[in-house]
Amino acid sequence: MTRYYTIEHEWIEVDGTTATVGITDHAQHQLGDIVFVEVPAAGTTLTKGGQAAVVESVKAASDVYAPVSGVVSESNAALEADPALVNSAPEGDGWFFKLTLTNAAELEGLMDKAAYDAWVKTL
Amino acid sequence: MYDTQDDKTETQFLPLDGWHRAHGGRMVEFAGYWMPIQYEGIIAEHLWVRENAGLFDVSHMGQLQISGEGAAEALEALLTTDIKTLEHGKIRYALMLNEAGGALDDLMVTNRGIYYYLVVNGATKWDDIAHLRQHLPDHITLNHLEDRALLALQGPKAVAALAQLGLVPAKPGGPELGDMNFMEAAPFKWGKVPLGISRSGYTGEDGVEISVRGEDVVALADALCALPEVKPIGLGARDSLRLEAGLPLYGHDLDAGVDPIQAGLGFAVPKRRRAEGGFPGAARVQASIANGPPSKRVGLMIEGRMPAREGALIFDGDTQVGKLTSGGFSPSLQAPIAMGYVAPEHAAPGTPLEIDVRGRRLPASVVGLPFVPHRYKRKGV
Repeated sequence: MTRYYTIEHEWIEVDGTTATVGITDHAQHQLGDIVFVEVPAAGTTLTKGGQAAVVESVKAASDVYAPVSGVVSESNAALEADPALVNSAPEGDGWFFKLTLTNAAELEGLMDKAAYDAWVKTL
Repeated sequence: MYDTQDDKTETQFLPLDGWHRAHGGRMVEFAGYWMPIQYEGIIAEHLWVRENAGLFDVSHMGQLQISGEGAAEALEALLTTDIKTLEHGKIRYALMLNEAGGALDDLMVTNRGIYYYLVVNGATKWDDIAHLRQHLPDHITLNHLEDRALLALQGPKAVAALAQLGLVPAKPGGPELGDMNFMEAAPFKWGKVPLGISRSGYTGEDGVEISVRGEDVVALADALCALPEVKPIGLGARDSLRLEAGLPLYGHDLDAGVDPIQAGLGFAVPKRRRAEGGFPGAARVQASIANGPPSKRVGLMIEGRMPAREGALIFDGDTQVGKLTSGGFSPSLQAPIAMGYVAPEHAAPGTPLEIDVRGRRLPASVVGLPFVPHRYKRKGV
């Protein structure tokens, strides 16, 4: 399994043609207390760069974009009852959705953890 | 609330700027100043204020002194409230309207004896000062207290916490802190430091607002936050607290297009002023009272957990009947709440409505304000 990161502060973990997507610890820290997450339903077709989910903090709503194209196979039902999982475990139990990749070539050019961490330090 | 200034002037620093940063405040631009949006997190800060005492820096707000022969009459010519009957040491909430009856600002007026003390919104203060200077008679003096900071200490433990600093009335015979009621004000001394204290606030809780010289504010903030029941609170929780308290935020729930009756702020236009008029926009206010306003500010409880924000449209079936002016997640109620304006026939508590959020219709119902009961210290309580 390989985990990639985007400049939109999402992480994407790839296992064969299946990818799990969430937001990074840096992103949840910037957003503050998360009170609602709107995730795409299974079967939704996502296009790289298109709106995929919405994260609501106390103060504002923020869009989450699809880091790669694919078809949603599962969304994280646990976030409905406990959206604060995104704060407490952003890169674990606070994942947003899984998708089946339709264009694995889109993974090229995403950052690995070291590159992302180095980039975040410059922000 | 999170607007950044749109003019070209550089963002200014408040006297507590370094203090906020040292206490972990996340600074944002607001009303032309760098201000803390949060420290440990909005929900934790919000709940702390409801249970303990929170210290807010609101030094961006404008503190004005109005003095001179006939100052009460001069202020009445510009404000909606009754100034002539405002006793020494008492505070009233007032609106400043334009000629069309729309709100230019909402503010607090205190009778301090030899002058009136006004606290106006930070984002509007320069326009307010210009408006006052233009319309007040020449012999009335307006003094902008730019060297003063303003702190708010809010929550059920706020007054007891402040009392621990050992304040004494600045004038013999002045009230003790604990004896002051909501909307009363008095000068105090903290050692040699003069403090202007008002029992008022913007959270729905008991508490005070403290006017203090900029050079003394760091020491005061340190002394208060050294008490275990006091923590610094950011603008984020200030907004969620005032929303739960049903209090309008100027520029959002109140603006130049809205009259006081529409805004549900009829109490800011007392009986005599309604009858006599004599302030800008009085005709519209009187018409709004006589004929009913074209829309009304209401509270909305939203089903589910998804918040609806300012600007979301309100529907009755397929008909748009209003728009949200504030909305967010209530930490106390653990549910989304909002305020907005709706046509009068949909304004009664219990009316079911829907709010459009990203194409989804959220069921909501009109509720009386506030969402969370006020806990002010009233006379005899």
